[in-house]
Amino acid sequence: MKSDRTFFWRKLHSLSGLIPIGVFLIVHFGINYTAFYGEETYNQAAAMMGNLPFRYVMELFIIFIPLLYHGIYGVYIAREAKNNLSVYKYEKNWYFHFQRLSGIVVFLFLIWHVGTTRVAAAFGAEVTFDMVANLVANPVYLSFYLIGILMTTFHFSNGVRTMLITWGITVNQKSQNFGKMLGIVLFILLTGIGMIAIFAFVS
Amino acid sequence: MNQTFVHFIIQRQDGPDSKPYIEEFHVPYRPSMNIISALMEIRKNPVTRDGEETTPVQWESVCLEEVCGACSMLINGRPKQACSTLIDTIEQPIRLAPLKTFPCERDLIVDRQRMFASLMKVKAWIEIDGTHDLGPGPRMSEEDRQWAYELSKCMTCGLCFEACPNVNDKSPFIGPAPLSQVRLFNTHPTGKMQASHRLESIMLDGGITSCGNSGNCSEVCPKEIPLTHSIAALNKSTTAYSFKRFFVK
Repeated sequence: MKSDRTFFWRKLHSLSGLIPIGVFLIVHFGINYTAFYGEETYNQAAAMMGNLPFRYVMELFIIFIPLLYHGIYGVYIAREAKNNLSVYKYEKNWYFHFQRLSGIVVFLFLIWHVGTTRVAAAFGAEVTFDMVANLVANPVYLSFYLIGILMTTFHFSNGVRTMLITWGITVNQKSQNFGKMLGIVLFILLTGIGMIAIFAFVS
Repeated sequence: MNQTFVHFIIQRQDGPDSKPYIEEFHVPYRPSMNIISALMEIRKNPVTRDGEETTPVQWESVCLEEVCGACSMLINGRPKQACSTLIDTIEQPIRLAPLKTFPCERDLIVDRQRMFASLMKVKAWIEIDGTHDLGPGPRMSEEDRQWAYELSKCMTCGLCFEACPNVNDKSPFIGPAPLSQVRLFNTHPTGKMQASHRLESIMLDGGITSCGNSGNCSEVCPKEIPLTHSIAALNKSTTAYSFKRFFVK
């Protein structure tokens, strides 16, 4: 039985959603938000990120490996659930199923998102304001972004709420309600920042 | 309400490997009937609504006062106890079906072995036997006794297993009720002496980390046991224990 490391892998899955993925998400949204101040500010911020030291090592260990682990293990976890929303229409049951649905949607969105930005950059494209502006000029791609942002902010905010439970921080009803409020505030803030940012690219 | 009969639509099944089928019954109405008394009427006169003779519908029940947990079934699609569900309080026609999470034995009888196997996995008992007289155990504080008593009301009826989206054939999850029992026995002053064994048992595959916080268990529990509170408390215990196990123990 000693070889059963389920607890460790599940806790790592939970933690990876906040550190580093959640932290990266907030930094990423912050950089995006600079588009609100104009093309030049955004290009400066993007260049600053692009010129960080140890960039490839950081990308690998802070972004790609944690994302792949969280995503692939997450899909595996989601497969264990049966959908019973038609019978049990409770608030938290909605969150439960939507957490799994949003996770899968975000996973697909990220494949497209990384493909059209980082992979494109690897083939010589420049990561600038124009790159994103050209993408969102297409209404289909803009809708990908809107759905992707909403699903990401929900998944992260609800993930913070359930993480507080699964790590044993919010145990009773009162603190779990507080966790929910925190999740709602996070969702509104991040969605607001994300939406303002993406529409800054729409001319 | 001035009615003469109650209309039942019952999902039946002749054996574990047979196909389920539907039969409908008209049961003479009496005030204050529960589901069990209606099933007894069908047993007295096993004739379908169309006048065809059939076999009596089989069900399980023992105590008839919502403490044994045997008469769990789907009543109008909701998992409930047949004894404490009154005909006058629910919509008609009344649809009965066996719980879906457990394998059907016959008609409304299911095999709840999965739940008892989980209770064994988590060591849901208190070890009081020794080669010599162990003497009386330590006392429990009244404060703890009050909430622990609520957890002890669990009757392994299986409704939380039925409602949990993570209890199914594809998942190894041991289920909500056995987790709450770990909290109960780890609170008991004598049971506490094996606390780490129980925590270890729920940190394996299908243990506490298989809980997805849907909260359905607490919603459907007929004894109103705060199952999600128990699971959250165990999240705290297992997290603390995992650090202790790595750094100290």
